[in-house]
Amino acid sequence: MTSTATLAVGPDATDRDAVLTIRDLTVVYEVEEPVTAVEGASLTLHRGEILGLAGESGCGKTTLAYAVNRLHRPPARIASGDIVFHDRAGHDVDVLALEDADLREFRWSQLSMVFQGAMNALNPVTSIRAQLRDTLRAHRPRMTRAQVEARSVEVLERVGVDPRRLSSYPHELSGGMRQRVMIAMAMLLEPQIMIMDEPTTALDVVVQREILTEIVRLRDELDFAVVFITHDLPLLLEISDRIAVMLRGEIVELDTSQRLLREPRHPYTRKLLGSFPSLHGERGAFIRSGVDETAGPEPTTEVPA
Amino acid sequence: MTRVHVTDLVKDYTIREGLRRSRLRAVDHVSLDLTPGRTVALVGESGSGKSTIAKILTRMESPTSGTVDVRLDDGTPVQGSLYRRQVQMVFQDPYASLNPFHTIEHHVARPLRIHQRTTGAAQTHQRVLEMLERVNLSPAEQIAARRPHELSGGQRQRVAIARALAPGAQVLIADEPVSMLDVSIRLGVLNLLGRLQREDRLAVLYITHDLATARHFSDEIVVLFRGRVVERGPADAVILDPQHDYTKLLAMAAPDPERGPARVAAGAVIDRAAIDNSVCYDHFAGEWQQVGSPARSAATARSAATARRTA
Amino acid sequence: MTHLSTDNGPTVGSAADEKLAPVASSADRPRAGWRAMLPTMTPWLALGLFLVISIALFGTIGPYLVGDPGQIRDIGLTAPSGEFVLGTTQTGQDVFAQLAHATRGSLQIGLLVGLIATALSCFFGIYGAYRGGLTDEAFSLLSNVMLVIPGLPLVIVISGFVPREARGLWTIAVVLAITSWAGSARVLRAQTLSVRSRDYVAAARVAGERSWRVIVVEILPNLLPVIASQFVFAVIAAILGEAGLAFIGLGASNASTLGTMLFFAQNGFALGMGAWWWFAPPGLLIALFGMGLSLINFSIDEIINPKLKNVRAHRKRARKAIRLEREVRRADRRTAGRSEAGAQEVASR
Repeated sequence: MTSTATLAVGPDATDRDAVLTIRDLTVVYEVEEPVTAVEGASLTLHRGEILGLAGESGCGKTTLAYAVNRLHRPPARIASGDIVFHDRAGHDVDVLALEDADLREFRWSQLSMVFQGAMNALNPVTSIRAQLRDTLRAHRPRMTRAQVEARSVEVLERVGVDPRRLSSYPHELSGGMRQRVMIAMAMLLEPQIMIMDEPTTALDVVVQREILTEIVRLRDELDFAVVFITHDLPLLLEISDRIAVMLRGEIVELDTSQRLLREPRHPYTRKLLGSFPSLHGERGAFIRSGVDETAGPEPTTEVPA
Repeated sequence: MTRVHVTDLVKDYTIREGLRRSRLRAVDHVSLDLTPGRTVALVGESGSGKSTIAKILTRMESPTSGTVDVRLDDGTPVQGSLYRRQVQMVFQDPYASLNPFHTIEHHVARPLRIHQRTTGAAQTHQRVLEMLERVNLSPAEQIAARRPHELSGGQRQRVAIARALAPGAQVLIADEPVSMLDVSIRLGVLNLLGRLQREDRLAVLYITHDLATARHFSDEIVVLFRGRVVERGPADAVILDPQHDYTKLLAMAAPDPERGPARVAAGAVIDRAAIDNSVCYDHFAGEWQQVGSPARSAATARSAATARRTA
Repeated sequence: MTHLSTDNGPTVGSAADEKLAPVASSADRPRAGWRAMLPTMTPWLALGLFLVISIALFGTIGPYLVGDPGQIRDIGLTAPSGEFVLGTTQTGQDVFAQLAHATRGSLQIGLLVGLIATALSCFFGIYGAYRGGLTDEAFSLLSNVMLVIPGLPLVIVISGFVPREARGLWTIAVVLAITSWAGSARVLRAQTLSVRSRDYVAAARVAGERSWRVIVVEILPNLLPVIASQFVFAVIAAILGEAGLAFIGLGASNASTLGTMLFFAQNGFALGMGAWWWFAPPGLLIALFGMGLSLINFSIDEIINPKLKNVRAHRKRARKAIRLEREVRRADRRTAGRSEAGAQEVASR
C-alpha cells in the first residue's frame, strides 16, 4: 500500500470543490497467481478540472478507469478502497455501494466514459441517430422523439460534427469524426465527469489537435471534470491542470502540469519526460550525435536463466 | 555503400465500387534520395502514401510509373537477388513481424542462409549470436532459443533490426519502427538504429508521423501530404522554419509543452481543406517548386541540393 | 495466430504481462515449438483418444484374432452366446468376426478419404490463396461450385454410374474425396489469406525467401491446427458417407465395412426379427468413433482459439473474484455503520 509519504504529491492548484474522491483503491486480478493491477491509488478530482493520467502499457490506468465506472469484470475485483462521487446538488454517493438501477443511473448521467478504440465501439450496422437515440431512451425514457432529435442535433453541433451526419453509418465517417461522435455520445446526459481513455491515440496529429481543442472548449462551456488517460505526456502537459503518473499500479506522482514539467520529483516521471524529444527545443538531440544519456541497452536482467 | 534515387514515383490503385472504377493516386510524383550515412525522415499522416513508398522500395509492390534507382558505390546498378540483400525493412508492429511458430534463431538465420552470408550450421549459429549481441540482446544464446511471444516489444523490434541487417543490407527502410513500443523504450531503439547507421554507413529512410523524433533522428525531412511532397529540407530547417502551410499545421498541432501553454487551435489559423499540395518548398534549393511536373525539376532540385550540401 | 479481442477493456493479459517478467515463471511458461501445438489433456480429450485408439486397435488387430467372418454355418440367426460373442447372422456368420473386419474396412476408407480430401483442400485452398489473382479466383470458383452441388446425390450418381465390378474401395474413396474437399478448401483459403497478410510473411518475402519456402516454412506451420481439424472432419464425414452409400447398396463391392454390415442386416430383416446383435454393434461403433473424433477436434479447437481453454477454471476464478469483492464491500459497510454509530454516540454525548 502506498502511503502519502512516499507519494510525490504537490499542493492542489485548484481550490474548487472535489467532484470525485478515490481513496486507497486496490484492484486485483484473481488469476492463478493474483496480479495487483492497481495498488492503493488515491486522488481527488475537482469540478471542472482536467486531470491527466499518464503511464505506459500495463501500469493500471485503464483498470483504474474501469474500476471507477464499476465496469471491471471478473476475475478483476476491487480489493479495497473507496470511490465517492460528490454531486453538484450537494450529496455524496458511494460508487462502490451502488447496485443495479442506481448504478445504471449513475453511469452515463453522472459519469461517462469514452473508451480506448472508441472508433470501433460504434455499432457498424446502425446509424448514428439510432445509437444516440438508444442511449437517450435508456436513460430518459420519457423524452419525446422530437426532444431526442433536438438533443442529438445539439450534441453533434457541440462537438463540431454536421448534424446531417445523423443518418450516416459509422463506416461512412472518418476516424476523427467517429471519435467526436463518441465524445458527443458521452456528453448526451451532461455528466459531471468524463473519463477518456486514449481518445486520440489512433488519430493523426492535426485531427488530434482539433479534438483536444473541442474537449477543452466543452469543458469551459459545460464545466465538467475530465480524466484524460494516455501515455502521451507532452499532450497532457499542454491540456491538463494536474497530472497523475502511474507506474505498475501505483500513482507515483501527482502535481500540476507546470510543476511536473519544471521539477519532476519521481525518477520515473523524469524518465518519462526524457523519453519525449522536444519538437522545438534541444532535448533529444543526442540521438543524432550518438551520446547516450538516458537510454542504454534493454534491461535484460529480467530474462531468467 | 549504396545510394537510392527515387524519381517521380507514382502509384495508382483502382478502386472498384460495384460497376464503377475509380483511380486512387496514393503516391504522386515523389522524388527522394537516400545516401550512405544519412537518415531521411518521411513524415505524413496516415493515408499520405508513406507506407506505399516503403512497399515500393522493398519491391512488395511495383510503381505505376517513375523509377527507383539503386546503385553501389562504383555505379553498378543493384538488381535481382542483390536488391534483396541490399535493401531491407523494419516493420512497424513488433507483435506481427515475427512468426510465432519459429525461434529467434530461425528469424535471423534464414536471411543469412538465403544470401549465403555463412556456410554451414555452426558458422550460421555463430553469426546469429553476433548479430543479437550487436543489437544489445544478451545473453544471445538464450534469446536465440526463445520464441517471439517470450520477448517484450522492444526486444522483438531489436530482433527485427538484426534480421534486417543480417543479409548485409546497406539501405534500411524503417516503417514507424517505434510507434508501437512503450514510450520509455523508444529512444533506446532509435539510439540503436542511429549507432548501427553510423557503424555501417547505412542509408536510412525513417517513416513516421512523429515530428519530434523525425527532427532529432534524421538529417533530412520530407513532408508528404496526400501523396505529394510538400516540403523537404534539413531537419532543423523544416521544423523550426516551416514554409508550406501543411508543415506549419503539423508543427503547430504537435504537442510541445515547452512552447508554452499555447492552446491555440491550429485549425483556426490554417484551413486544412484549403491547403495547396501542388507546390513544394525545397529548403536545399531555397525555392518553391511545382509538384507533379516532370523529372526535370527533380533533377534540378537534386543537383542544387548536392551543390548546397557540398558547399 | 493472434486473435484480436473485441473487448476494449483491460485484460488480465495486459496487467499480468507487465507485472511479470517478459518470460513467465516455469509454472505457466508456454510450451516451446511443436509442444505448443499439442492440446492440453482434458477429460474430454482423454475420452476421445480412448475411443478412437481402442476402436482403431480393434480394427487393425482384431481381424487377426477373430475367426472367419465369411464362414457360413447352418445355425441361422442366433443370439449372443458363449461361442459367438455377438451372435450370428442369418447365414450363420460370426457377427463379431464380421465386426472386426468391417471396422478395418471403414477405417481404411476413412483414412484414405481423409488424406485425399485434405490434400485436395490444402492445394486448392492454400496455394490458391497464396498466389492470389487469377489462380485464387479460379480455385475459389471451383470450390464454390463443388460446394453448391449437393454432395450425397452427386456421390450416389457417380457411384451408380460406375459398374458394380469396378466399384472397389479405391473408387468409393475417390468419389467421396472429390465431393468433400470443397468446404475445407474454403476454410483453409480464409486462414491463408489472414496469415498471408501478416507482417512476418511480408518480412520473409522481403528477406528474399522463395515462394514455396514461404508457404511451407512460414505459413503452413501456423495452419497446422486448422488442417488437423479439417482432416478429422473429413474422416468422420467419410465413414458416415460410406456407411450411407453402403446402406443403399452403392458401397464398395469387394470390401466389408460397417456400412455394408448394416446393409446386409437391413436386407436380412434384422430389425424386424429383433436381431439387435447384428445391426446395433456396427451402428454403435460408427457413432462412438465419430464421437471420439469430434472430442479430439474440440481439443484442437482449443489450440486454434486459446480462449476456449480452461473455461471451467476461468469461471471458478470469476466466481471467487465476485465473492471476495462482495465480502469486502459488506465489511466496509459494517465498519462504516459502526463508525457512524460511534460518531453519533460521541455527538450525542
